[in-house]
Amino acid sequence: MKRRSLLAGLAVAASLMGGAAIAQDAVSIVYIPKNTGNPYFDSLEAGFRDACASLGCEFTTAAPATAEATSQIPFITAQTQRGVDVITISPNSPDALNQVLDRARERGVLVLAVNGDLVGNETHRDAAILPVDFKKTGPGQVELLGSMIGYEGEIAILSATTDAPDQNTWIAAMLDTLANDPKYAKMKLVATVYGDDDPQKSTTEAEALLQTYPDLKGIISPTTVGVAAAAQVIQSAGKADTVKLTGLGTPNQMRPFVKDGTVSAFQLWSPYNEGVLAAHFAVGLKNGTIRNEVGATFEVPDLGTITIGENNVMNTQAELTTFDAENIDAFNF
Amino acid sequence: MTDASLPAPGVQNAAPARPRWQVLLVRPETGTLLLLVGAIIVAANLSPFFSDLRFILESSTYYMEFGLVALVLTLVIISGEIDLSPAAMMALSACVFASLFQAGLPIGLAMVAGVATGAALGAFNGFLVVVLQLPSIIATIGTLTLFRGLSQVLAGDRSISGFPAWFMGIDWRTVGIVPYPVIGFTLAALALAVLLGMTVWGRQIYQIGVSEIAARHAGVRVRRIKFGLFVAMGVTSALAGLLTASRLASVRYDMATGGELQMVLMVMLGGTYIFGGRGGVLGTFLAAWLLVIIATGMNVANIVVTSQLVVMGLLLIGSIIATNAIYARTQR
Repeated sequence: MKRRSLLAGLAVAASLMGGAAIAQDAVSIVYIPKNTGNPYFDSLEAGFRDACASLGCEFTTAAPATAEATSQIPFITAQTQRGVDVITISPNSPDALNQVLDRARERGVLVLAVNGDLVGNETHRDAAILPVDFKKTGPGQVELLGSMIGYEGEIAILSATTDAPDQNTWIAAMLDTLANDPKYAKMKLVATVYGDDDPQKSTTEAEALLQTYPDLKGIISPTTVGVAAAAQVIQSAGKADTVKLTGLGTPNQMRPFVKDGTVSAFQLWSPYNEGVLAAHFAVGLKNGTIRNEVGATFEVPDLGTITIGENNVMNTQAELTTFDAENIDAFNF
Repeated sequence: MTDASLPAPGVQNAAPARPRWQVLLVRPETGTLLLLVGAIIVAANLSPFFSDLRFILESSTYYMEFGLVALVLTLVIISGEIDLSPAAMMALSACVFASLFQAGLPIGLAMVAGVATGAALGAFNGFLVVVLQLPSIIATIGTLTLFRGLSQVLAGDRSISGFPAWFMGIDWRTVGIVPYPVIGFTLAALALAVLLGMTVWGRQIYQIGVSEIAARHAGVRVRRIKFGLFVAMGVTSALAGLLTASRLASVRYDMATGGELQMVLMVMLGGTYIFGGRGGVLGTFLAAWLLVIIATGMNVANIVVTSQLVVMGLLLIGSIIATNAIYARTQR
């Protein structure tokens, strides 16, 4: 009985496919962020949408509900089945997606890692678009927090998920800087906790940090969900003078905390530009106007000349942008 | 003393037997089958990319572990109990397996230890329900939280991976286009259907579900059978946990979070009566495929995850109403 109904379904589908096949000229791009409900990725998507509006590519997005390591697998499978030309993804794991991405590439799909790379597994994607040189993010954050706490005291890190390749790269660099750079010799990392990019869990973990380490001087939270949750916790506890917070946050989320003094400065880049760059690169590659080789360069309107670096990684900007009370009103994302 | 010239008492006034087609058709499983066919047609219309058998089978592997446990859960529910802890048992057995493997134990022994853990957890559930006479819904909600907590204590926040290549990726291995987990699920469904429908033990499970007191007085070993069912749930959950570890190539404490609801959904959609005594493996088998079709169809049509939940919720409520209506009408 199932085969008959499957045939009936196929017959209906075949009639539909006849109509759909005609419109397949434009490059179709799908973006799979880490999870739904994160305003950071909304900016990235806006970059994609605007770039596709001007370039003429078709853009869709599909996202899992949670950022756990394997949550994106069914979505990649479904998008491969849909026959998209390009899959752009902010991966939740450096290695869990290897097999399913290989399958997509076997079908001729271009795979780009955006905002985070498949660390250690770069052969399973075609190129990566990162906002800045990730080797600089960790030390930059340590320096920013150090300048707020006088370069001494206990500090903690509130990260996203344990598997997130981007956060783990930055944390590794932070640990390296704290251990080897004598400037930070008096700063001691007491804990690294994980908020899973979930506002509720991030809040609980931040509160636990304040409870468990009464002498805590500073928190670094290199994730927009974590830094917003930690700022809320510190503001409610009234501890803005004793515990300094910094991290990677979006100006819109952090504005109230900067205005009332809970957070003096934080850093980020422009996720919107990442979307624009990724869309231009994907369309250019599919049309043959851009070559995906280390050392090649190409132009993107408003972003200037982009160079493809080692491991086929390209960056949208050279340095992190630091936001504080003086410049925060100039941004809207 | 019977008088042979009079007809046997009761025969004159007995109602006429219902026609066979009515008996076969007015069953909850028929409803599930119709929903399954309907879902296939709707999914095929929602997206032209859906009607690809290889793709559907490949996507079904995401749900086969839950389907396997749901089959055994059907037996538990027919016997009048319920078990809400299988997803946590999956996670804890998998965490024990992975931790032992990471500590250096050969993987074969670690797998055996994982299954043994599942059996022990199931036995613990059985002890609470059968020996201490706690209501199974409350006992298993308690053990669900306990086991999930133990998983987190054991494995921490991290993923444990690094398994040998032969262990990983069971969902990619196929016979033709049919993945191994689908074959395993179908064979398990057949085996359990035979066990439930054609053995004395299966009949006794139904009897316990209809009336535990009557079954006990009739000599059925109620406590032993119920205890055995809970242990079977534990063992099956452990196997499902190992299958998930193979599919994801890693083990985390939060594996299969929320899975118990999906399993109960499969059993309820399959037309098994929540109060026990009626239902069958065929219904759960069809309901598992129904869930696969809905989830896969909506995913490939780019429909948001939240809408999928709305559809599943409505289906569940609808199927419970239909099941209850059918069983209430046929109660004598």
